[in-house]
Amino acid sequence: MTEETGTIDAAGTEHEETPAVSFDADPATYRHWTLDTSGAAETGVAYLRLDIDEAGGIVPGYELKMNSYDLGVDIELYDATQRLRFSHPEVRTVVVTSGKDKNFCAGANIRMLAQSSHPWKVNFCKFTNETRNGMEDATANSGQTYIAAVNGTAAGGGYELALACEQILLIDDNSSAVSLPEVPLLGVLPGTGGLTRVIDKRRVRKDRADVFATTSEGMRGKRAVEWRLVDEVVPKRAWDETVASRAASAAAASSRPADGTGIELPPLQREETADGITYQHVKATFDRDRGLVEITVLGPEGGVPESLERVHELGAAFWPLAMTRELDDLILRLRANELELGTWLIRTRGDVEDALAMERVIERHSRDDWLVNEVRHYFKRVLKRLDVTSRSLIALIEPGSCFAGALLELALACDRQYMLDGTLADDAADDPSGPGQGDEAQIMLSASNFGTFPMSNGLSRLGSRFFGDDDHVAKLRQETDRRVEAREALEMGLVTDAPDDIDWEDEIRIMLEERASLSPDALTGMEANHRFVGPETMESRIFSRLTAWQNWIFVRPNASGPDGALRRYGTGRKADFDRRRV
Amino acid sequence: MSIDYSEKIPNNVDLAGDRKLQRALESWQPNFINWWKTMGPAVPTEDVYLRTAVDVGKEGWAQFGHVAMEEYRWGVFLAERGDDRRIAFGEQKGEPAWQQVPGEYRADLQRLIVIQGDTEPASVEQQRRLGETAPSLYDLRNLFQVNVEEGRHLWAMVYLLHAFFGRNGREEAEALLHRNSGDLDSPRILGAFNEETPDWLSFFMFTYFTDRDGKYQLGTLKESAFDPLSRTCEFMLKEEAHHMFVGTTGIDRVVTRTCELMREHDTDEIAPHGGIPLEVIQKYVNFHYSVSLDLFGSEQSTNAANYFTAGLKGRWQEERRRDDHRLTEDSGTIDLVRDGKVTQDEVPALLALNSDLRNEYVKDCQSGLKRWNRILEKLGFDARLYLPHVGFNRHVGLFSDHHVTPAGDLIGEDTWKAKEDSWLPSEADKVHVQSLMRPVYEPGKIAGWIAPPTNGINGKPFEYEYVHLA
Ligand SMILES: [Fe+2]
Ligand SMILES: [Fe+2]
Repeated sequence: MTEETGTIDAAGTEHEETPAVSFDADPATYRHWTLDTSGAAETGVAYLRLDIDEAGGIVPGYELKMNSYDLGVDIELYDATQRLRFSHPEVRTVVVTSGKDKNFCAGANIRMLAQSSHPWKVNFCKFTNETRNGMEDATANSGQTYIAAVNGTAAGGGYELALACEQILLIDDNSSAVSLPEVPLLGVLPGTGGLTRVIDKRRVRKDRADVFATTSEGMRGKRAVEWRLVDEVVPKRAWDETVASRAASAAAASSRPADGTGIELPPLQREETADGITYQHVKATFDRDRGLVEITVLGPEGGVPESLERVHELGAAFWPLAMTRELDDLILRLRANELELGTWLIRTRGDVEDALAMERVIERHSRDDWLVNEVRHYFKRVLKRLDVTSRSLIALIEPGSCFAGALLELALACDRQYMLDGTLADDAADDPSGPGQGDEAQIMLSASNFGTFPMSNGLSRLGSRFFGDDDHVAKLRQETDRRVEAREALEMGLVTDAPDDIDWEDEIRIMLEERASLSPDALTGMEANHRFVGPETMESRIFSRLTAWQNWIFVRPNASGPDGALRRYGTGRKADFDRRRV
Repeated sequence: MSIDYSEKIPNNVDLAGDRKLQRALESWQPNFINWWKTMGPAVPTEDVYLRTAVDVGKEGWAQFGHVAMEEYRWGVFLAERGDDRRIAFGEQKGEPAWQQVPGEYRADLQRLIVIQGDTEPASVEQQRRLGETAPSLYDLRNLFQVNVEEGRHLWAMVYLLHAFFGRNGREEAEALLHRNSGDLDSPRILGAFNEETPDWLSFFMFTYFTDRDGKYQLGTLKESAFDPLSRTCEFMLKEEAHHMFVGTTGIDRVVTRTCELMREHDTDEIAPHGGIPLEVIQKYVNFHYSVSLDLFGSEQSTNAANYFTAGLKGRWQEERRRDDHRLTEDSGTIDLVRDGKVTQDEVPALLALNSDLRNEYVKDCQSGLKRWNRILEKLGFDARLYLPHVGFNRHVGLFSDHHVTPAGDLIGEDTWKAKEDSWLPSEADKVHVQSLMRPVYEPGKIAGWIAPPTNGINGKPFEYEYVHLA
């Protein structure tokens, strides 16, 4: 590693200007990956090869040596995982491997981490975690099994990428090893699920995990298998064949249809200005003075087709999918690029009945149609993104909104829900063409609020909201498919407050101003605690435990101070630790 | 703007143009009337010669006439000012005053208004039974005047809560009627407002010392960056002046009568002759003054500092002060006890704001003492009334853990116990004062322990039938 002090000034303060990040990607222009589906029609196996372009960092200041990655590399990976699900029903196994000799992947680029601001690091880790969770989701829910063919050294985030796969095959060349060297070398954690998956998923004994995570050179050969760090070590000469065979067995067990036709995911149509982003079904308006963004999700215009043929014909234009893609993109952009917009106001606009058509399609077909199933799980993942978003989320349920069924999950994902009791006198004047104007705001529960879109803790949002009160959840189940107005919603515990028209404007204004005056850090911590009640899963532990500790370590001088391990790495000088245990 | 009396609630805040607010307030009014009937003056009356606020201008802001008390038109009035008022102090000095509550300060502003609002009906409750022992119809009328205006002050605070604080504010407005002075389950917020006002000497002391605390609190809120609060308090101060007038002249008349009796009987021991001895008056001064000092809060206060910095609560006559109005670099002095001595300490000015306000109050209190001592002098007596030391009989602040004599000496628990009855009204004193409290309802007549006033109300003579009893 070379010295690149240009990005860290003498006082050790980080440069805060970060470029605006775009999450657009297309396999034809990937710089770091190749998505090879050429044999998939026959074998059901796709190869995802990592061959990182050293000069292709998303920001200047570092070289992506030894197949080490940064956010740009992961944006492409995310894109690939999405296309594999929507455009390639024929793919039943995804083999993740390296296009470079001897290096599977060296994990996140250290120099990048050292030069990045704290928010950048946190955002980067969150996104990479979500993508790896998505890979596991594909294995669990799409019949698309990920297999890591570790054909070189997998260190840190490289091994964590392999851990996100269902099987890990390690090449037995007497040098390639898997390792988590973050603790011994960098003074931080393997924060992309590494520590968690080693013990939770691979069931490595905790004492062995401790030895492994403090052994910088990692493990290989028989011991790696014995300790369950990998599933198999494969001699070099039998490598390709074994990988193909393991992939074929996984493909054979898949539930993916034999005759599916994938759909295209065309680039998102997006209009960006200084004050907002407008998509076809999602609109975001920035209010920088108040530090908030107003997000409106538009319901389907004129309803959602309910015939499967039509759903497939529409493909990416099918409203539930189109809306979900746009919302996903918006969340990612806001999280990466708009750090000071600390509150997200979430509204919907449209017809309650039309919105419910989404439910019906999903309820009827998500078990027997691969595409509908993908749409369901995608919307689930986007809701999960909201769950782990470090912004105050406030749902405003007003006349003309369509928080029904699946869309009601958007409101339930929020930290608070405010529902207008009555109508605002000037509603009609605002937008005479708007749907349902003059009617009071209504929400509607549907079957899909009871487990179709689980949170990372394994519970539905209603189950989380009323944790420990199964009776109430059961009672709510009796209330599905009817319109519920504000006062009743308040009684049912579905909204935080239901101010009437007299209070609405002031209540909301004051609440928002009050929120804006609170410590952003305390809010992030508080919200993250409140959102996840009850049981833990591996996924929730990755965010609640691993990530939280990692983010603490990131701001500690022992990691990111001028003499900390992260900054000293590659300088030839040892880190100078504050030895006190905290 | 002139007052629109066709409205249910007289006001100069354009209630008619704000249907939302009008409806909210109209729904509160029946509860208020209900409270007035159950917790307001106990003596039944036909009508009372009262002053009613009808405008906010310098000339003719009030009119007088006999009105049935439950038909008194409690209204909402804000002092009028230009629209370009600027914040006079704190971090946001120089910025435009707020016409809306900034969410950031909602909780603090609401708290300040609730505490102020809580004192207004509290005093009505404390004085509920006083009418039964009024020394004259003139005094009875003054009591009712103070009562209805405290009721209006409650209205003023409720207006702010309703107009600017949403549902939260409405709930607080309700609670103002549900807390009651001296109620064991749900007392008034400040201790001094849970003590009953058992007799008319206490009433005059209360209106002199405790209403004066109110004047100073209102004075600081008048400086607030939250303009509606500022303007509300400015108008309230106008009425508050009359309450203090009742106290000042009431004590004048007690002192005068005491002197007359002392001269008549040639003794200080006038109790057997139906008077209140000077020594007892001094004890009542000691008590009411010290209890009122407690209302200023602790000498050293971070709350007060935060309120100042945020622009919520200024200093007395903030704009006449010659400093930077931010006080981040200044220091102030506070009284305290250290190493067994009463002394002073220098602390950051921001932390000494309660002390600063209290000192202004103390100066103001002196004026009454001067006045009463002039009466003593004029009538040929050498004895003088005085204000006790600020550390005397304190239960809030830096003196609360110590015993300090009226002269300012630190003493132990035993000495305090032994001397307490000679400094504060003793049981015997209270019983004596209570024994003098016999109602005199005949026009032109007055009780024997107090002198008649030199003037009547609004040019009317003392004999005027100010109150028609039911
Ligand atoms: Fe008052
Ligand atoms: Fe008063």
